[in-house]
Amino acid sequence: MPSTYDELKRRALAEAQVAGLGGRPVITVGMGICGVSAGAREVYAALQDELKKQGVDAVLHPVGCVGFCYAETLVDIARPGQPRISYKNITPERVPELVRDAVTGANLRSDLALGAWGASPSPAIPNIHEFPEWKHQVRIATRNCGVVDPENTLDYIARGGYAALNKALFDMKPDQVIDEVIKSNLRGRGGAAFPTGQKWKFLAGSPGPVKYILCNGEEGDAGAFNDKALLESDPNTVLEGIILAGYATRATKGYIFIRCEHWLPIQRARRAIKQAYDLGILGKNIMGSEFSFDAAVAQTGESYVSGEETALMEAIEGRRAMPRPRPPFPAAVGLWGKPSNINNVKTYSYVPEIVARGGAWYASVGSERSKGTGLVCLSGDIRKPGLYELPFGLPLTAVIRDVGGGCPDGKKVKFLQTGGPLGGFLPASLMEKTPMDFDAMNATGAMFGSGGIIVGSEDACVVDVTRVLTEFNADESCGKCFPCRLGTHHINQIMSRIAEGKGRPQDMQTALGLAPSLAASLCAHGQLATNPIRTAYQYFKDEIEAHIKERRCPAGRCAAMRSHGSGALAGAGNKR
Amino acid sequence: MATALADVIAALKKESEVTVLSALIEVQEQLHYLPPESIPAVAELTGLSVNDVYTVATFYTHFRFSPPGEHVVEACWGPSCHLRGASEVMAAIEKAVGATFDSDTPDGKFTLRRLSCAGACGHGPVVVLDHKMRGNIGPADVTAFVEQARKSGGEHH
Repeated sequence: MPSTYDELKRRALAEAQVAGLGGRPVITVGMGICGVSAGAREVYAALQDELKKQGVDAVLHPVGCVGFCYAETLVDIARPGQPRISYKNITPERVPELVRDAVTGANLRSDLALGAWGASPSPAIPNIHEFPEWKHQVRIATRNCGVVDPENTLDYIARGGYAALNKALFDMKPDQVIDEVIKSNLRGRGGAAFPTGQKWKFLAGSPGPVKYILCNGEEGDAGAFNDKALLESDPNTVLEGIILAGYATRATKGYIFIRCEHWLPIQRARRAIKQAYDLGILGKNIMGSEFSFDAAVAQTGESYVSGEETALMEAIEGRRAMPRPRPPFPAAVGLWGKPSNINNVKTYSYVPEIVARGGAWYASVGSERSKGTGLVCLSGDIRKPGLYELPFGLPLTAVIRDVGGGCPDGKKVKFLQTGGPLGGFLPASLMEKTPMDFDAMNATGAMFGSGGIIVGSEDACVVDVTRVLTEFNADESCGKCFPCRLGTHHINQIMSRIAEGKGRPQDMQTALGLAPSLAASLCAHGQLATNPIRTAYQYFKDEIEAHIKERRCPAGRCAAMRSHGSGALAGAGNKR
Repeated sequence: MATALADVIAALKKESEVTVLSALIEVQEQLHYLPPESIPAVAELTGLSVNDVYTVATFYTHFRFSPPGEHVVEACWGPSCHLRGASEVMAAIEKAVGATFDSDTPDGKFTLRRLSCAGACGHGPVVVLDHKMRGNIGPADVTAFVEQARKSGGEHH
């Protein structure tokens, strides 16, 4: 007999009491991919050693990513009765003094602090709640990121996790869960922004007994890392959303689908699933209810197209990730021929809070047609790269200037490359009047997509970046539809030629003229392949023409127009 | 001591759900490449033809058919990393190693691989040195790594 929610909650609170509230300092290390790539593993090991060496009694555990990539590796120290203080850019060399001074409370080391989470105990340490990159945020999907131990489900429960699932299982009918999601106006976060509740209704109406809930965490979009961040930082929020979707649509099994080389999200998702089984949150009669549901992680090889919903099903079935023709739609004939619902990681992550607080509450955040928040990944020429959960409707200028801190060295913003490699360019001039919103951004030709925003400063060259995007698209075409297989390579050849100073007068017209043929492709990879070049030409025509007519790169970036340094980006296709 | 193919296949037989792709991922995970005999073995395991297995193995860039070099250097060339100077980093790697992306050095010392996005875009340029991700890396860092790797043994053989 599985534990009831109340039993789980009591156990979780008892353990939390032992871990953190027993008068010992709690030290956490940001160990998402961004933390790890900045050296978090070494910092964690150094902390373990140093605490022992100095005989300091403290609780140490990993957390995921709070979103401040620029400050990694982040070490947080919460002394009993004091607000948590984040220390930035910590290296193993810094650890001994951090333990000696800050953990013991002898000296709060304002010189190493990023800030305090609340009223600061020292005038020299600022309050993070006042930071623009925090103030603008509304943390719904990421509410636990950087705080909860992603490897301990009880920690998630102690913070209120799985209460929404309990509420749904015992106080709501499946259709009521769908109604709340419809009321919330939640739109899919994988890029297409389709209304989630409507999608769930399709599956709910399909006959059982076997139905699948697929969670798409393939995340191939260069510049987007929010799916991975959620899975690394708070996998249980994703899992709870999946189980709720399963209950709402009377499905039987969920799959979380992750690219095979992204080992950290895989590890943490697997661990969360295993613990959920152990605690009776997955399997038969979840938390003592009538509802049973299974879940597993499925891996794909590296393939951008496997993020497309039908290609994803092909990959889970073990074949090449190539799209299937639609109809039939997945809700009718999906994985292994059974009715299936596919949403992105982020989409599911909103569901627990929507169920807990009601669809109307969620719909009160955001803009008129883009409800709630977007998980924005800022990268490129930006002072504060990171992952920020921002309400829709926020002006893009606020996103880039206030939250991201603008370009480094006071340079001007030239463009935002949004929506991944099939998205577009949004020029700085339009940034002034465009809000962060699905429809408003679509109207510019760029898109919000899955939330990646790559910032290009005045030093960046549009041709140079477009060439990288078109090479990516050519590389990643799965090859099933020949307009895409040939067209993406053709576009890349043209862009490479222009970047190398060998452009021809009619090149851009030729490339853009491929759009109608590309539209015949089965999936968005071909259908949207002219997006980057179309928006580049629309907004930066002069710069592209300078490359073609004058053999000149105004920004001085294009390699061939300097001395040729690298073969790294020469040649296309997969060389083995 | 490297795991033998037979052990990997035996372990896969115990799994409840095995597909061609999941089996190939597991073989490469354990052996670091797909040896020729792994293809018929996976075909037999999944009840499909050798062709069915090859078609999957040749589709995903993840799979390789020869052992990787002693040291694997992977560099992200996505647009974020590119804006932060990835091509200069990649050029430095190529120069230090004496091979181009994507290839192996003839002496079996290095494998160079391009990554389309490593997922640490906030820290570009990103390289993965022997499966360890490093962000904010410059040409000098990789040159130092390559020199050190030249002197040392492999990580995973």
